[in-house]
Amino acid sequence: MAKEKEMATIVVFSGELDRALAAFNIATTAAVMDIDVTMFFTFWGLNVVTKEKTGAGDKNQLQKMMGMMNKGGARRLKLSKMNMFGGGKAAMKKLMAEYHMPSLEEMIPMAKELGVHFLACTTSMALMGLDEKDFVSEVEDFVGAATYVEKASRSKINLFI
Amino acid sequence: MEADKVLDCIGLYCPMPIVKTAQQLNEMKDGEVLEVIADDKGIKSDMPAWTGKTGHKLLEIEEKDGEFHVFVQKRS
Repeated sequence: MAKEKEMATIVVFSGELDRALAAFNIATTAAVMDIDVTMFFTFWGLNVVTKEKTGAGDKNQLQKMMGMMNKGGARRLKLSKMNMFGGGKAAMKKLMAEYHMPSLEEMIPMAKELGVHFLACTTSMALMGLDEKDFVSEVEDFVGAATYVEKASRSKINLFI
Repeated sequence: MEADKVLDCIGLYCPMPIVKTAQQLNEMKDGEVLEVIADDKGIKSDMPAWTGKTGHKLLEIEEKDGEFHVFVQKRS
């Protein structure tokens, strides 16, 4: 019998660019170290994997308001520190390009290509009025906490970012 | 040391040298040797960690003028 692959699970709770970059850096590295990696996007972390234009789901008044203030899409994420109305983020992106570091928008398809699994939390989706169609194609399933806990219980590496 | 293929990772930082090494080895035949050239010194620790985990063979790390020439043999 083939040995079961080692596993890693990463909860992406945060919707900030720097935190998402850290999550994807570790996810892609683990994937090329022959580890089966699952990223579970929940709460603000959903913004990392939503399309820039959402609106497929039914939203009530509050959700519409929240949606206007909390627009998703990897390109839109802010820095957790020194964002300075986008100035800090622009500087960071410029530096990253100068040092040939892949952008988050490049890392997402790269992680997928390396076999990283993308799961989105259905509870957070309901809360924010998001539909499956609001997500980028890398997201392969829409699940609850039990799916994550079951995978985490078999994983040696388990991060909450 | 003679390599079957050379991978230029000059100017690239973690995780790209390791990711590119993995992708390149995937396209090579068992037992072939890849030379990775990198200048991110993280590679000194990262490449042994990666080969140790994946079962590829780290043959040599040569350091000259701030460049690391890393020779990895694909597992068979």
